[in-house]
Amino acid sequence: MEEIIKEVVIDEQEEYTINMGPQHPSTHGVLRLVVSLKGEIVKNIEPHIGYIHRGIEKMCESITYPQIIHLTDRMDYLSAAINNEAVCLAVEKALEVEIPDRIKIIRTIISELTRIQSHQLFWASYGMDMGGQTCFFYGLRDREKVLDIFEETTGGRMIVSYNCPGGLMYDIHPNFQKRVKEFIKYFRGVLWEYDAILSGNVIFRERTIGIGRLKLEDAISYGITGPSGRASGFSCDIRKQEPYSAYDRVKFNEVLYTEGDTYHRYLARIEEMRESMNIIDQLIDNIPEGPYFVKMKPVIKLPEGEYFQRVETARGELDVFIKSDGNKNPYRVKFRSPNFVNLGVLNHISKDFKIADLIAIAGSLDFVIPDIDR
Amino acid sequence: MNSIIQYFKEIIQGVGSLLKGMRVTNRYFFSPGKIVTQKYPNNRKDLVMFERFKGEVVMPHNESNEHKCTGCGICEINCPNGTIEVISKTIITEDGKKKRVIDKHIYRLGMCTFCALCVKTCPSNALAFSQEFEHAVFNRALLIKTLNKPGSQLMKGVE
Amino acid sequence: MLLNTISNALSTLSEPWWKIFYDFSSLTQAIDEGLRSSLSPFWAVTIEMLIIGVVFLLFYALIGLFLVIAERKVCAFIQNRLGPNRIGPYGLFQTIADLVKLLFKELIPIKNADGFLFNLAPYIVIIVNFMVLAALPYGKGLHAIDFNIGIFYVIAVSSMSVIGVLLAGWSSNSKYSLIGAMRSGAQIVSYELSIGLAIITVVVLAGSMQLSEIVEAQRTGWFIFKGHVPAFLAFIIYIIAGTAETNRGPFDMAEAESELTAGYHTEYSGIKFAFFYLAEYINMFIVAAVAATLFLGGWMPFHVGNWEGFNRIMDFIPPFFWFFGKTFFVIYLIMLFKWTFPRLRIDQLLTLEWKYLLPINLVNVLIMAFLVLMGWHF
Repeated sequence: MEEIIKEVVIDEQEEYTINMGPQHPSTHGVLRLVVSLKGEIVKNIEPHIGYIHRGIEKMCESITYPQIIHLTDRMDYLSAAINNEAVCLAVEKALEVEIPDRIKIIRTIISELTRIQSHQLFWASYGMDMGGQTCFFYGLRDREKVLDIFEETTGGRMIVSYNCPGGLMYDIHPNFQKRVKEFIKYFRGVLWEYDAILSGNVIFRERTIGIGRLKLEDAISYGITGPSGRASGFSCDIRKQEPYSAYDRVKFNEVLYTEGDTYHRYLARIEEMRESMNIIDQLIDNIPEGPYFVKMKPVIKLPEGEYFQRVETARGELDVFIKSDGNKNPYRVKFRSPNFVNLGVLNHISKDFKIADLIAIAGSLDFVIPDIDR
Repeated sequence: MNSIIQYFKEIIQGVGSLLKGMRVTNRYFFSPGKIVTQKYPNNRKDLVMFERFKGEVVMPHNESNEHKCTGCGICEINCPNGTIEVISKTIITEDGKKKRVIDKHIYRLGMCTFCALCVKTCPSNALAFSQEFEHAVFNRALLIKTLNKPGSQLMKGVE
Repeated sequence: MLLNTISNALSTLSEPWWKIFYDFSSLTQAIDEGLRSSLSPFWAVTIEMLIIGVVFLLFYALIGLFLVIAERKVCAFIQNRLGPNRIGPYGLFQTIADLVKLLFKELIPIKNADGFLFNLAPYIVIIVNFMVLAALPYGKGLHAIDFNIGIFYVIAVSSMSVIGVLLAGWSSNSKYSLIGAMRSGAQIVSYELSIGLAIITVVVLAGSMQLSEIVEAQRTGWFIFKGHVPAFLAFIIYIIAGTAETNRGPFDMAEAESELTAGYHTEYSGIKFAFFYLAEYINMFIVAAVAATLFLGGWMPFHVGNWEGFNRIMDFIPPFFWFFGKTFFVIYLIMLFKWTFPRLRIDQLLTLEWKYLLPINLVNVLIMAFLVLMGWHF
């Protein structure tokens, strides 16, 4: 007994713990990491989550399907429109509604714009995590233009609530196509600055290349999806694997790297912005005329059964599982949120790196805390 | 020898990449035309929001203080948060019929999540979003609003 | 009485008042003579010291406040923003308002902190700043104390500010503070070497450590041009090491906002925090001023060989403004570094120093000594 106590005491002298968060500048929200340190070397990380738990899954059980949409906005608030789409697709699949091309294409464009703005914010905040605060403002400056497009069409900037079961809440704004084209042109013109300030910078490369390497088999066994998984070579893009909406009719590359380090997780997101712009390029001129929603029954009741839908959000794979007992409320809703799963690998890949690297690694996994806690 | 060449190559490449970044920031420093800041409270007068902007839910009234709300309560049913409460009353019209009209259409701004379900599902288009976005008040009770103006009536022809 | 002597001294000046800006020595001499004629030597010296002290106190506050607003404006323009624009014209009085706010803020006592050391730390940082400021030549005849080992004194004293940082981190009883302070210690100890060697390169060229003589030696051309490539390399190394020594980005490991919240001054509040904050900016000013003095000719105007007309025009700008112009140019460079580059990691910081700056610096000193020996400089 005495020996055990002695050991603990020695441990405490060698390793000490610090609390990163819930009010730490680089946890991007209320994530709390209890970090055991030896000097500056990270020995163990224990994420404590739940500071912004709102019980979205439980709340979904007591509201109707159209009402669920506005809660999904508030999970991963940076890919709000994609979350909306996931639930809508699941409900439409259950009701076997045929969705016209117009809706599919508009949904795809909005999703890709969402992906771009999310990665812009990633770039901005990642620059800030690394100490280059100017990146933050350049990123937000460009993101503002996407948000303006959203605001004009959907009425919301981040929380768009744009999709609804059976279509869209509103038709696209007459200016939509013009503005999107303007934005693509503008953004192609400033994307080189992102490389000049951060990607090419020797300090940034030194700090990220080879740091927090995630092997392919680990990525698969931990279930790391999205750009973080693809940087390790895990081909997990739902847009390619199980195309939904209009992804089956566009050509784009799945950004894949094999290195799996922090730098390539970062680079995957930058490249994805380019791919997203290519997708929008292919679709923006081909929006067919037609209605923007399919007439649904005033009260949507799903037939009894279990329904499942996968979508690719900006951070990885979002799965929606709905179990219906035939009522207007779902019996059970489960979201498989990418951030929650990605958080699990943090301890594995940032062991034996320094505190500064922990910030770099955590930043490169691109957490959105409300999506972890739901 | 190779390692020495590598050493100097690294230095030159590194300094080059740093200068590249500094060129961007330096250019922005000397181009004040690219400033994107809006001086918000000063530009309040000519600040135009997008027409679909979801500021707060309002009930448009026409000049003779008439609205379109029939008091059906669909908005109340569709609201996911219990933001809306429709209190209706029964009146006897001139031709002796009993009719249900709204007494109060209560909107709790503090609970609203701006999902737009009420505006979209209203069968008589009685609700709309306004462009007002300065919602801050000192008293929470001020966030509970009555949308129909006092003395207002149902517009003719809306059932 | 004191005012009388000063006004008498001023009235004895033979030249028009604006000539003062070209040469302050006549003014200072007149004050000195005036005081000595009416007072015993002891009191005259005491009063002179008092005047200098008050002037430096004012200068410290002014330059600190100005640099804070300048930094905020510079970073705002770099980031496509307007920066502070509410208080005063173009927000110029923002820092004064901030200072007033910080003065009124509560000084939060830290549980289990070492009270004495906790309070001592900002004091040390500030005192070190003052000591360095006194030894800098601001203009012709505007030089509080001209040591014959001036530049040695400057680097010796300025490196002491790390003690304040270490004390702050140690006494705060906070792990974040401690990590920040330890980083700062490692950083400053290693970068002292580079600063010292870069300065030695100039000392070799100037043949003197006295700041006034170093400036005087640049009458025919600034050292950065005179000393060819080695002087230019020394300038770059000095700027890098100087940025590191002031704990500014990209070397702000001691503060490292995104890693350690605020590093060594996490636990400080109110005016004690303001001291650290001001000291950081004064440090930047000192580094820039030393760079201007050593490499860019101090208060010497820009002269080109034998272009008489051009040189005459350059002479027309008072030396005082030359000095501050050069200093602010260097400060702008340092600010541009901070607002462009991401932060280094602590081991990379040391790698940069020991594997890149130091070897290059040593060879650089050697080349410079060779150049001077052969008389190959201008």
